[in-house]
Amino acid sequence: MTDLLRVRDLKRHYEVHIPEGLFGRKASLKAVDGVSFAIEAGKTLGLVGESGCGKSTTAKLVLGLIPATSGTVEFAGTPVTAKHDAHWRALRRRMQMIYQDPLGALDRRLPVVTQIGEPFEIHNPEMSAAERTERASGLMDAVGLRPDQAMRYPHELSGGQRQRVVIARALALEPDLLVCDEPVSALDVSIQAQVLNLLDDLRERTGFAALFISHDLKVVRQMSDRVAVMYLGRIVEAGLPEDVFLRPQHPYTKALVSAIPTPARRGKRERIVLEGDPPSPVDVPSGCAFHTRCPIAQSSCRNEVPQLVSSGGHAVACHLVNDGAAAVVQAAE
Amino acid sequence: MRRPGLFHCNGESAMKTLLSVKDLKIDFDQGKRFVRALHGVNLDVAKGEVLGVVGESGCGKSITWLAALGLLGSRARISGSVQLNGDEIAGIDENALSRLRGGRIAMIFQDPSSSLNPVHRIGRQINEALKLHRGLTGAAANAEAARLLDRVGIANATRRLREYPHEMSGGMNQRIMIAMALAGEPELLIADEPTTALDATIQAQILDLLTELRRDTGMALVLISHDLGVVADMSDRVAVMYGGRVIEQADTGTLFENPAHPYTKGLIAALPDIDGPRRRLESIPGTVPAPDRLPPGCSFAPRCAIASGECDVAMPDFLPFGNGDNHFAACVKCRQEEAPVEAAPAAKVKRVLVPA
Repeated sequence: MTDLLRVRDLKRHYEVHIPEGLFGRKASLKAVDGVSFAIEAGKTLGLVGESGCGKSTTAKLVLGLIPATSGTVEFAGTPVTAKHDAHWRALRRRMQMIYQDPLGALDRRLPVVTQIGEPFEIHNPEMSAAERTERASGLMDAVGLRPDQAMRYPHELSGGQRQRVVIARALALEPDLLVCDEPVSALDVSIQAQVLNLLDDLRERTGFAALFISHDLKVVRQMSDRVAVMYLGRIVEAGLPEDVFLRPQHPYTKALVSAIPTPARRGKRERIVLEGDPPSPVDVPSGCAFHTRCPIAQSSCRNEVPQLVSSGGHAVACHLVNDGAAAVVQAAE
Repeated sequence: MRRPGLFHCNGESAMKTLLSVKDLKIDFDQGKRFVRALHGVNLDVAKGEVLGVVGESGCGKSITWLAALGLLGSRARISGSVQLNGDEIAGIDENALSRLRGGRIAMIFQDPSSSLNPVHRIGRQINEALKLHRGLTGAAANAEAARLLDRVGIANATRRLREYPHEMSGGMNQRIMIAMALAGEPELLIADEPTTALDATIQAQILDLLTELRRDTGMALVLISHDLGVVADMSDRVAVMYGGRVIEQADTGTLFENPAHPYTKGLIAALPDIDGPRRRLESIPGTVPAPDRLPPGCSFAPRCAIASGECDVAMPDFLPFGNGDNHFAACVKCRQEEAPVEAAPAAKVKRVLVPA
């Protein structure tokens, strides 16, 4: 199967000014620092990590909303650039996005049916108003909104219903790729399950691929065919959800997975508690960025940046894991 | 109506009730009318116990405790009783209440950076609490503040005391809030979504810290959270709230292994898991009703899969369930479902034991 989206060595650095000393100093904030992944058509890649690890920046880079410092994004064989020309607009038609806050993504002064029909107005201007409304009503039905809610304004709907409106609008043009940035983080548990099931059903029906971003490992596992764990702008582990979350290799993933409290794990889990906070992306530690918090870091971790090494579809960026694996392979030979 | 709290009074002396909320009702002034947000909540916290309170937004889990501490402001009309060690604290005058708040009962909130004053140094803010509740000033207060920061796991305490809240991360600020809460040596700490705004690894740090502090000081903890995982992990006993009422209450093990109320069952089934095989989530249809548009009977009935006509008659009583000691549920149907199995006679005996 060919890859729908291919991201290679993507970097995004911001020039920032640090108030330090008399005049301050210039520094480079490495929001995304060399990320590579691919998504097959119809598949979902989950991206997890803590705040500030570069998940959302990656989403914006993939859509070409902001220019990359270096690296390439390829969508269906053509490069995605941040030059907002006709070529980009044609691509954007096939790539849609869902944000965390549906109220911020909707126009408060338009009834929701108009907003769901708006993509047709932009990308298909010859469509008649009657057909637009009909298509929008069909979409509302598909995401589980009642016909009597069509003329409501966003503030008259609940959080879960608003997110359904956003999903309906994103799916209006039948995109090939849907980028979901924390789509259920603002919703209550029972509503969260409704929206996750809805996304699952729609994916089955329309076959879109998705980049699913969340800080919640449980939600990402629920939704993804493959997952990638980010730490300070780099992917530290990637693979099938079963491999990454049930048999984590990287010390950071291990800690992250063990830190999730769930009712089933009550009383019988060993929590690996990491010391300290994640370092600032302005001062990324040398070598492996995780070595300052890693319980098993060695001297080599401080000097050399570990590469993402894949074996059997499970990739890890850790000297200790990869060197260990290499040693095992050598011993076997 | 039988009250769950009475069980504790009858239990071993170790389970002495610290705080007891009885029939707490809250009405909010909406200008032309009052809207009832809390419909008679009964909750007890025993000494040294961790009570978890779960529920979705708008279920009344936070306002219960804000009302108990007199923090709801003038637009709320509160009735009912709140007793701390047997002394009534609902409706006492502001002076007595402010000695209590931050002293014997402390509270921490979801967003630590908005609870701290951005224009004052950390040290000054902690010293304020120490002066109010312990009468410490000057060098003694500084030394105690440094000790408290050290206690909550902040290194370089003396240097940190001179910093401002914006110079620290969210996790650090929450540690400072906990240090301030500890300043008054409270018997009860009310933590309202203490880790919701924090990252997973930082959440683990804060939960560990709370557990450790509780073990050392013996204070009781009320943990309010929407996250069933956090509550399951930390609590001895859990109360589930819906539509301004407690609808189920049980020991943590019982609640998660043998939930009675369809809403509790639904919440547990709606949660994706990290271990085990992947399954489709079971969602609860519909949304939480607005406080002014509650259905006539059981407030969960419109979303409930097993509801029938009798559910719409009146809000079900909060009665014992199953053969657990401390298991209560406000549901008519769950008891009917259970009736044919052998648990029924045990439940009957239980009811005789309960003082009316």
